Amino acid sequence: MTAPRRGGGFVRKATGKVRRASQSPDEDLWASVQMARHAERPYTLDYITRLCSDFEEVHGDRLYGDDAALVAGFGRYHDRPTAFIGQQKGRDTNERTFRNFGMAGPEGYRKAMRVMEIANRLGMPVVTLIDTPGAFPGASAEERGQGGAISRSIQMMWRLDVPTVAVVIGEGSSGGALGLGVADRVLMLENSTYAVISPEGASAILWRDASKARQAAQAFKPTAANCYRWGVVDAVVPEPEGGAHTDHDQAAGILDQYLFRTLTELGAIPASERRRARRERFRRLGPLRDPEGGIGMATGRETPPPG
Amino acid sequence: MSRVGRNIHVSVDRLRQLAHRDARPRKIKADAGTCPKCDSHFSADEMQRNLRVCTACGHHFPVSARERLEQLGAPGGYEEMWPDLRAADPLQFTDLKPYTERIAEAEKATGMSEAIVCADLEVRHAPAVAAVMDFAFMGGSMGAVVGEKFARACDRAAQRGVPLIVVAASGGARMQEGTLALMQMAKTVIALDSLAAAQVPVIVVLAHPTTGGVWASFASLGDVTYAEPGALIAFSGPRVIEETTREVLPADFGRAERQLENGQVDAVVDRRLLAERIGRVLHILRRPDDDGPTSTQAPALQWAQGGAQWMGDAVQALPRKVMDRIRPGSPDGEDAG
Repeated sequence: MTAPRRGGGFVRKATGKVRRASQSPDEDLWASVQMARHAERPYTLDYITRLCSDFEEVHGDRLYGDDAALVAGFGRYHDRPTAFIGQQKGRDTNERTFRNFGMAGPEGYRKAMRVMEIANRLGMPVVTLIDTPGAFPGASAEERGQGGAISRSIQMMWRLDVPTVAVVIGEGSSGGALGLGVADRVLMLENSTYAVISPEGASAILWRDASKARQAAQAFKPTAANCYRWGVVDAVVPEPEGGAHTDHDQAAGILDQYLFRTLTELGAIPASERRRARRERFRRLGPLRDPEGGIGMATGRETPPPG
Repeated sequence: MSRVGRNIHVSVDRLRQLAHRDARPRKIKADAGTCPKCDSHFSADEMQRNLRVCTACGHHFPVSARERLEQLGAPGGYEEMWPDLRAADPLQFTDLKPYTERIAEAEKATGMSEAIVCADLEVRHAPAVAAVMDFAFMGGSMGAVVGEKFARACDRAAQRGVPLIVVAASGGARMQEGTLALMQMAKTVIALDSLAAAQVPVIVVLAHPTTGGVWASFASLGDVTYAEPGALIAFSGPRVIEETTREVLPADFGRAERQLENGQVDAVVDRRLLAERIGRVLHILRRPDDDGPTSTQAPALQWAQGGAQWMGDAVQALPRKVMDRIRPGSPDGEDAG
């Protein structure tokens, strides 16, 4: 796979004028990481309040407690009922602590599953917004089954009969992100990142040195354009010039267009076909070498999507 | 098996350990045959005979995937499925070394092609498909090959209508494959549902360690889940937690025994009893007709039919005296028709 350094023509064509500040790919990738975590970047509730004419947030997993790091509820989206679920970060110190920096625990994922089950029963689509440095690493979370909560959330998302769309709006790191990421369509905002672990985590584990985050980012190449090329995401959603943080309304407006069109497309597909396609979508991800031909490297994509 | 010989061997080592506990610096570098807990030494064939469990203190040493398969029910060998799948390097990843170099080293060191071995297996006469991970191959990490082989093993078990046995031993997703490694979590969880469709169970054994993306995907979705003594089972490892939250963790944090208390596993099973235990649960879960995936009858209907037949037979077998009492209106025992 010969990877072009920049993320294909689509990203730039779509916005017309997005520019990347620096020339070196290293700097570029680090800039993406910084941009995805920008303190002024719109968070999950910023999008939900702009996308929905009304939103009823629900609380608690009915088992143990409520997790403020993950918000879930029912919104009126284009005059239709729609479930929205996403990790929520905080803007000032107090709010950051309250939201646990967007790192959800098992209660968060169980709350998400509760809302998904209701949405499935009532026949409304599920939209997830992913923005997390990872699921919360804490002894209490482990005791209450962090691993099982994430795996069951993945399982539930795959089993849903209703249309599902996941959108990576900021940082998507680790299983904490994927817990909300198994959808019919996965969209990704232009300046967001989607990676197996945060650059800091990777740096500590692979380089055994917490200060190699830049190198880790460079090695992971977790940009929207790359994720699109790998087939991990289905479309890259452009951001306002300078990034989503410059204009929340416009960022939400662009996302609205993509989201509405995607949900409309999905609504036209029969549920059984949608599930089959969802299975296929995740089943073929992951290039490997198979001497018998098999799936090989066929998943890589070089061409931009239509439209 | 010389019981005497074994006892002598053990007691000498334990005495030595007790006598020199803290004063004696460890002279012998811990090799595969030296117990890190009690310093007992074992020769290579002893290790294998003991299923890599220290006979003195019960410490469980790591087991390679191949040896595990032999322990569980294929002492005469087995045929590995899909051994030719190899990792690609989609990111052209380099940390301290290039990924391709790391793979080559792992292949050379372990003689394996990837961190998982799949094979058909019979555990105590119960047929199954096994997917066994090997921590020695790049920390048992899950990349595209592990995900694909696991998914194929699920399909195969569903096709054959036999249970899947998973032995997990993994640090999590393979970082060198980046975001695509993360996607294997979704792929494996989805693949497990072929088993649900075929109504066959999945038995998961958690060996030391099972962490990260493997614990947060298929490893935590067993219908029956066993853990080996002392195995670390966690989404975030102790080091990550201590660094992130500054918590001071207890020594047994995330260990199998603790996770049993937390309700995260069904039992902690000594490796020497593992094959027996798996065989037993497979026999319990075997369906009444055992005709595999071709069965079109719902289990409830099978129950109803089997139950009716059994009751009919049982009634026939009752003593005459009892029959008389339970058949109203026929005091002479004649069939009232």
